Amino acid sequence: MTALELAQKLQAQFGELVSAPKEFRGEISVQISDAEKITAVCAFAKKELGFDYLVDVSSVDNYGDDPRWTLVYELYGMAHRCHLRLKTDVSEEKSELPTISQVWRTADWHEREIYDMMGIRFRGHPDLRRILMWEGYPYFPLRKDFPLAGKPSEMPDVAFSKPAPLEGGPFVTVAGGKDSMAREPRVQNPES
Amino acid sequence: MQTSTEVGYNSKIEGEVIVTRVDAALNWARKNSIWPMPMGLACCAIELMAAGASRFDISRFGSEVMRFSPRQSDVMIVAGTVTYKMALAVRRIYDQMPEPKWVIAMGACASTGGMYRSYAVLQGVDNIIPVDVYVAGCPPRPEALLDALIKLQNKIAKEPVLNVPQQAA
Repeated sequence: MTALELAQKLQAQFGELVSAPKEFRGEISVQISDAEKITAVCAFAKKELGFDYLVDVSSVDNYGDDPRWTLVYELYGMAHRCHLRLKTDVSEEKSELPTISQVWRTADWHEREIYDMMGIRFRGHPDLRRILMWEGYPYFPLRKDFPLAGKPSEMPDVAFSKPAPLEGGPFVTVAGGKDSMAREPRVQNPES
Repeated sequence: MQTSTEVGYNSKIEGEVIVTRVDAALNWARKNSIWPMPMGLACCAIELMAAGASRFDISRFGSEVMRFSPRQSDVMIVAGTVTYKMALAVRRIYDQMPEPKWVIAMGACASTGGMYRSYAVLQGVDNIIPVDVYVAGCPPRPEALLDALIKLQNKIAKEPVLNVPQQAA
């Protein structure tokens, strides 16, 4: 049983909801067209297809595009040793989708991290609190429109934050700006 | 009748007496027994542990008693990256330490934020607590920490103990 066959089984079960498997460098990805159905797809992948290990859940900020968010689920099966990647889009206005922490319990902390860093909420999550930043921090720092230096915030007796002095350093990223090769003079070839 | 007072060197007395100032005596006692509060926050703490272990042996300088209670410690060694989330805990532990107290900022992160020019990291622990000695390095060698400790001892030796100017409340 290969990852491609497993992805085709998933597609056969859900039809229109699941896109045809896309292969890139030996990795199989499928797109889930409706994020609201993600729990059912994941439950089927775990119970029927043997994907018993959720490696990671991550989120992508497609800043400037619509829908803005892409959720990425990395699945693995200990028995058949196949990887599968599920992707689903969520719009910025909604910024919410169902939790999958009832399917894999490890999704609990992954989803808390996404909520903390991107501000995407997971409906039905048992304990949707920030996990890295402190409770009450007003921003979502992994969004593309959040400056790397940070923004000032103040919570008396809990935490405060101030923008870090970057002074045009090589780590400054601006949405839509130059990429790191162009920004960082040390990586450039002196002849070019 | 004996009337003359004995003047001059008396080996019987002075052989067992050291003349000094109270300041110097108290500072001598203080500086050779600085118990650290190990504020190990990142990889610098590994070097701090190495400094405490047999090869580098911080006990040669009287600082081997790592106290995990702030109420029993004299110097806070801030070893590692101070995030904003940790910053107020560091401040609180510092506040719980009894006077006199000192702070060593160990490594680039504790001194300035280091390479973490980021929304999550306090840009130098001196933003929240007064630092006596900064140690460069990422992480510093244990020798560098021992050097900082000796520098701190020299600083303590010069501090006034009596007639301390009253701090404004």
